[in-house]
Amino acid sequence: MKISVNVNGCTRESDVEARTLLVNYLRDELGLTGTKIGCDTSQCGACTVHMDGKALKSCTSLAVQADGCDVTTIEGLAHNGDLHPMQQSFWDNHGLQCGFCTPGMIMATTALLADNPNPDEDEIRHGLEGNLCRCTGYHNIVKAVAAVAQAGGD
Amino acid sequence: MAVVGKAVKRKEDPRLITGEARYLEDINIPGMTHIAILRSPHAHANIVSINTEAAAAVPGVVGVYTGQDFMDVNPLPCPWPAGGVENNLNTPRALEVEKVTHVGAGVAVVVAEDRATAQDAVELIDVEWEVLPAVTDAEEATFEGAPQLHENAPNNVCMEWDCGDQEGADAALASSDVVVKQRLRNQRLIPTPMETRGCIAQHEPVNGEYTIWMTSQAPHVHRLLFTAFIFGVPENKVRVISPQIGGGFGAKIFMYPEYVLTTALSKKVGRPVKWVETRSENYIATTHGRDHVTDVEVGANRDGTITALKVKTFANLGGILSTVAPGIPTTLYGRMLSGAYQFPNIYCHVTGVYTNTGMVDAYRGAGRPEATYVVERAVDLVASELSMDPVEVRRKNFVPSDAFPFEPNNNLLNGLSYDSGDYDKALDMALEMTGYEDFRAEQAAARAEGRYLGIGFSTYIEICGIAPSAWMFGEGWGAALWESANVRMHITGDVVVTTGSQSHGQGHETSVAQLVADELGVSMDQVHVQHSDTLGTPFGYGTYGSRSTAVGGVAVWRSLQRIKEKARAIAAHEFEADIEDVEYVVNEEGVGSVQVKGAPDKSKVVGEFMGIATSAAGGWSLPGDMEPFLDETSYYDPPDCTYPFGTHICIVEVDAETGNVDIKRYIAVDDVGKVINPMIVDGQVHGGIAQGVAQALWEGAQYDENGQLVSGSLMDYAIPRADLLPSFELGRTETPTPNNPLGVKGAGETGTIAATPAVVNAVVDALSHLDVRHIDMPLTPSRVWETIKSHSNGGNS
Repeated sequence: MKISVNVNGCTRESDVEARTLLVNYLRDELGLTGTKIGCDTSQCGACTVHMDGKALKSCTSLAVQADGCDVTTIEGLAHNGDLHPMQQSFWDNHGLQCGFCTPGMIMATTALLADNPNPDEDEIRHGLEGNLCRCTGYHNIVKAVAAVAQAGGD
Repeated sequence: MAVVGKAVKRKEDPRLITGEARYLEDINIPGMTHIAILRSPHAHANIVSINTEAAAAVPGVVGVYTGQDFMDVNPLPCPWPAGGVENNLNTPRALEVEKVTHVGAGVAVVVAEDRATAQDAVELIDVEWEVLPAVTDAEEATFEGAPQLHENAPNNVCMEWDCGDQEGADAALASSDVVVKQRLRNQRLIPTPMETRGCIAQHEPVNGEYTIWMTSQAPHVHRLLFTAFIFGVPENKVRVISPQIGGGFGAKIFMYPEYVLTTALSKKVGRPVKWVETRSENYIATTHGRDHVTDVEVGANRDGTITALKVKTFANLGGILSTVAPGIPTTLYGRMLSGAYQFPNIYCHVTGVYTNTGMVDAYRGAGRPEATYVVERAVDLVASELSMDPVEVRRKNFVPSDAFPFEPNNNLLNGLSYDSGDYDKALDMALEMTGYEDFRAEQAAARAEGRYLGIGFSTYIEICGIAPSAWMFGEGWGAALWESANVRMHITGDVVVTTGSQSHGQGHETSVAQLVADELGVSMDQVHVQHSDTLGTPFGYGTYGSRSTAVGGVAVWRSLQRIKEKARAIAAHEFEADIEDVEYVVNEEGVGSVQVKGAPDKSKVVGEFMGIATSAAGGWSLPGDMEPFLDETSYYDPPDCTYPFGTHICIVEVDAETGNVDIKRYIAVDDVGKVINPMIVDGQVHGGIAQGVAQALWEGAQYDENGQLVSGSLMDYAIPRADLLPSFELGRTETPTPNNPLGVKGAGETGTIAATPAVVNAVVDALSHLDVRHIDMPLTPSRVWETIKSHSNGGNS
């Protein structure tokens, strides 16, 4: 099936099998391997991207569902070499260790702050429910998100 | 400006936060094929026949193979046959041939042009099975009449191992004022790094060389196992590359059948082969951890002095042995059972057992969390029996700070000694951070309102920097455990460190660079730490056992000393001075130089002496017999392990109506020796605590009676989410180890080791007024609720 998706600001025209998942389209068809696959069951959130500004688990969407949409992946978050404030905050606050959940975490938390620019710790923790991290115990991820919120978001 | 001891931001992060890092699944090689593995759906079965015709006929399938096709490849080795396991060693093959002993064992494989085709085709393979009865519990597997897994292991016993003094422990128990007995279950855990395993292998027929990209915590060890044990080829024929790795927690140390299969297939089909594990495969085919059933007897006198600890453990090793499986519940468990205490009599007996379950091997902490759980629960059981404050019982039995080096009694550590410690100091700090004096009043007031608050302590120690090769050899380990490092100062002014250690989230590229920057007087930006490719790095045994800094870091330090020595010789020659009069100094701006003592004008800064050393032919002058370049390799094998310690305190509220446990506060004071990067160390502690808390409250691999893994996905296996955990309150004392020149001990596992008993002790404390003495993990709401209900008559609510 032919689809046209605006990915990270560029329009991409592709012919995909109907069963192709959005995550496989991004990784295998477009070579955007920053988006990760961590489970078979839509639990881990490593594949989180933005579709039309909303966070979405790309392992649970078909590529054809993105036809005509704007998709942003971790590769599209920095602008002209300047890190997005959330990327910078994860670096500043040691919000990552192995880095595998990090792209999904950053995409999920930027969307979280877009919905709720001033979350308290509880709201941040609940907002992270869809993303699993096995390294950090979430302590510094929560800190990184709170720091961005405190600085006025993006 | 010194950077060691500072919270320097990580050098590895830019590639990780932008999605540029390349993990295994992100790598593709031209001409690459993909595989899917047919795995046993049965826990115990004989393979009668396998029909691959239909799968082979699928368009896009390159080949279909069974175990018979790999009989020229050796079974996987088990280089740590502790406890006399040599006579009944049963390890996996690339694919199993006659019999399977756990769900998930591979029996056939499809190679195809793409992954989806391979997965579709593997469904068409028809296996005729003779299904056999299964047993999953380690103790039950030893009972008469239990299903027998391996002919060479009667009663499914893989090994028997003991340490300490049985007679002494029995005698002391018989004469103690009180003896407490308790059965403790340390449930099976699934490591669950967020990245699953994978392997890409490429074979070049013209020279017979393999390049293997794989998810490895120990690439040099994997190459050693491939070459010397499995394929019988020399080292130069195999290059192992561990790309960016998404966590390991022990599970990526080991050799696995899929790595051997992928590599063998790359030669068979003459094209690169890629295998990436699904999460469902990860849960049945990657190693698990823990799974002990332990009967503990602890004796004490009325004043709280513990007189004896006797431990009998059944350790579940799974259906077949993983790489170092026998070493975990023996050396790394039994030898730790003195904890932070000077118990006079200790005895431990371990029976390692085959069952129809997945392989069990090292998972973060590896033996030490199991030991710490036994010891810290036992101390609380004594406190409860004597109606004493658990803090008081701990203090009474601590190894005092003036007793180091301390050798645990009964030769428990087989000749090694605890290096240094001040256990009271860490406990004092944690108590002060907690406000313990006020807590008991708060607890009493809460109980009066029907709210169950509890506090739990864990005053743990651990063994880190696992290494001394001669000692490990005595423990049955079949290799060495030294580390090596090369430091090279390049012509353009940058310093490159190559190390045999491997970093999969620990931040070595930063902390090692901090060490180099301070020692040589160069900037962090000038130091590059390279690892994880056997081509271009010196041999090392890998990253586990919190050993990378305490062993590998010291190898780096040694190379740095040699470079400084050579720089001094260059300066001595340049200034016609005696080398003893030349010193290597780093000024306040962090710039290194060699200079003649008392003559600041006779000085060469780092760039200058590097220039002399690297470009001697260009007119500079070196001492007559000196080779050019600053390039030094060192090997380090320490004299002893290191012994971090600390106090973790957990405060919980148990919901009397639902049994839900809410962690109100978590306080941790850890002493990991000298700290290079406090931010990284704190991060290690955070993550470790989360995993330790998770064992106490939520995680547990569940098998049904047929050996099916019921908790086989992230939907069913409860790794913690952000909303289940609090922010942690950390403190630190710093007692350097005398066992290495850096004073570092190791920080990768303290949290996991300490946290589990702290949480369980807290929940038991919360319910102590109901006469609850123990609850087995995980302390799920239903289990806690049932405990409350069954004890309610004895309580006041």
